[in-house]
Amino acid sequence: MSAIDAGAAPQPRSARLRRWAVPLALLALAVAGAVLLPRALYVVLALDILLYGLFAVSVDLLLGFGGLLSFGHAAFWGSAGYVAGLAAKELRLAFPLAALAGTLAAMAIAVPIGYLSIRRRGIYFAMVTLAFAQMLFYIANEWRDVTGGENGLQGIPRLGFDGRSVGRSADFYTAALPLIFIGYLAAWRIVHSPFGHVLVAIRDNEARAQALGYPTARYKLIAFVLSAGLAGLAGSLFAIGHGFASLENLHWSKSGEVVLMSVLGGIGTLWGSVLGAALVLLLRDWLSGITDASGAVTGAVVVALVLGFRRGIWATAGDQLRRLGRRSG
Amino acid sequence: MDLGYITLQIFNGLVNGSFYALLSLGLAVIFGVLRVVNFAHGAFYMLGAFAAYLLGLNAGIGFWPALLLAPLVVAIAGVILERLLLRRLYGLDPLYGFLMTFGLTVFIQDAMRLRFGLQGQPYATPAELAESVSLGLTSYPAYRLFVIAFSIVVAVGVWFAIERTRLGMVVRAATERPELTRALGIPIDRWVTGVFAFGVALAALAGVLAAPMRNVSPLMGGEAIILTFAVVVIGGMGSIAGAVVAGFTVGVLSSVAAILNPALENIVAFALMALVLLVRPAGLFGSVDPT
Repeated sequence: MSAIDAGAAPQPRSARLRRWAVPLALLALAVAGAVLLPRALYVVLALDILLYGLFAVSVDLLLGFGGLLSFGHAAFWGSAGYVAGLAAKELRLAFPLAALAGTLAAMAIAVPIGYLSIRRRGIYFAMVTLAFAQMLFYIANEWRDVTGGENGLQGIPRLGFDGRSVGRSADFYTAALPLIFIGYLAAWRIVHSPFGHVLVAIRDNEARAQALGYPTARYKLIAFVLSAGLAGLAGSLFAIGHGFASLENLHWSKSGEVVLMSVLGGIGTLWGSVLGAALVLLLRDWLSGITDASGAVTGAVVVALVLGFRRGIWATAGDQLRRLGRRSG
Repeated sequence: MDLGYITLQIFNGLVNGSFYALLSLGLAVIFGVLRVVNFAHGAFYMLGAFAAYLLGLNAGIGFWPALLLAPLVVAIAGVILERLLLRRLYGLDPLYGFLMTFGLTVFIQDAMRLRFGLQGQPYATPAELAESVSLGLTSYPAYRLFVIAFSIVVAVGVWFAIERTRLGMVVRAATERPELTRALGIPIDRWVTGVFAFGVALAALAGVLAAPMRNVSPLMGGEAIILTFAVVVIGGMGSIAGAVVAGFTVGVLSSVAAILNPALENIVAFALMALVLLVRPAGLFGSVDPT
């Protein structure tokens, strides 16, 4: 029986229930996990994990499902931070609106960058995105009146809709959670939509997808812009949450860091990216207490990862679980 | 506008272009044979400068011997890295090589920061070249003229070696048709380590040349490498002539743009890259996209 038959036939109630029960249960679990996370860690770290997780998911959306390795995603994360910060600071916008402004700005920047970058493929795409991100870094560095140059944009307020400041970090965490979940749900929706399936088809064989009549360049560009939007949402909330936007968030090492998170979690697994982000941040948090060499450790982790752990945590853990299941069943 | 200043900037552009040319040349040679885009190229450039600095500090070895010795030392490091790490990635998607060399860059850069700090170390200009030469409209440091001339000689030498010698023939064959070359009984794999070491030595050579002009600092490679990527995309990856021509073009245009507005200097390379992607995506000297 093919999948199409199964979809077209009227389903018994229990099957419909089962179809929704698992994702809903997982969603509930994720929400519960996100709400409880700050109890296990401190709240700033918990927020960082969710935001870097979304950032890494945006990279995986392109890499795992479109076959495009963007090595310049800091461009969107970082510039969204500046735009959201300016919107909150100068226009006194409530933080969800400021984050929306940052997200839209990231998507707007992604249109020309994406249009030019998708003209090359594979490793060239990585180099070109990296170069464009560096251009934005230089622009932000020179445009001191707006970005604050090396000092960054400081004193970004966390305003609620009532115009009052969301003072405690824990309150901001709770308030930002719905926005973060919208980001994750959007990623999930994109991947599981017909659009997402065409994207995978392009990844696997672009010529074939083209022959089937799909305008592959347009698909890739849309994927690029959507991915930039997710990175922008995460970057906006990151800047507002921390109260400053800085050049560091536009730096090439930031682009590489998020690729590391994504690959560590597992390319093409989407949620693995969140695990990868959590692992990198926890490792760094732990290292910062004992050594000053967290950069060297990160570099070594990348090398080790590429040498021996290319499949990532998610897929490896999935294999182990399946093996256990087979043994007990 | 002051003609003397314009001349000065054009020469400054040629100096910067020399570095871009040497760096992208090494990158192109490595990519040609190994199919690895060596992100760590900037780190090797930095290590070359540090090698010269440390040879001088600890062994009293001056600039001229260091010009030979420092690339040699770095090349040995390159051989070890190729044998130990890169070798395991051949045949995989080139993205893994890129990612691994990125990790190496972060590691090397941070290790050097821990050891030497972020403060730049000064390196003396060789005494023979410490003076300025009159160019008519302006006077110009002799050392910088030497950098331009030396880089051109090296670039022509590499071009000659690759286009006109038997060794170069093997390298070109391995670049274009690796399977066929292997089938003809030519042991490509034996060449791989040597080619990597050679490309890395070129980066180190650029580093030694940069040492007297720029402070020797762990961060000097990070920015250089990304500009070099832009140069390589402009010239066309894997093309020797493209690397050199694009390198000097980007260097000169950046410096000339800086006359109009200093903020433009760093942005010109990327604007040129965008233009090339728009008009001729394979790069000025690039052939069909080999991905």
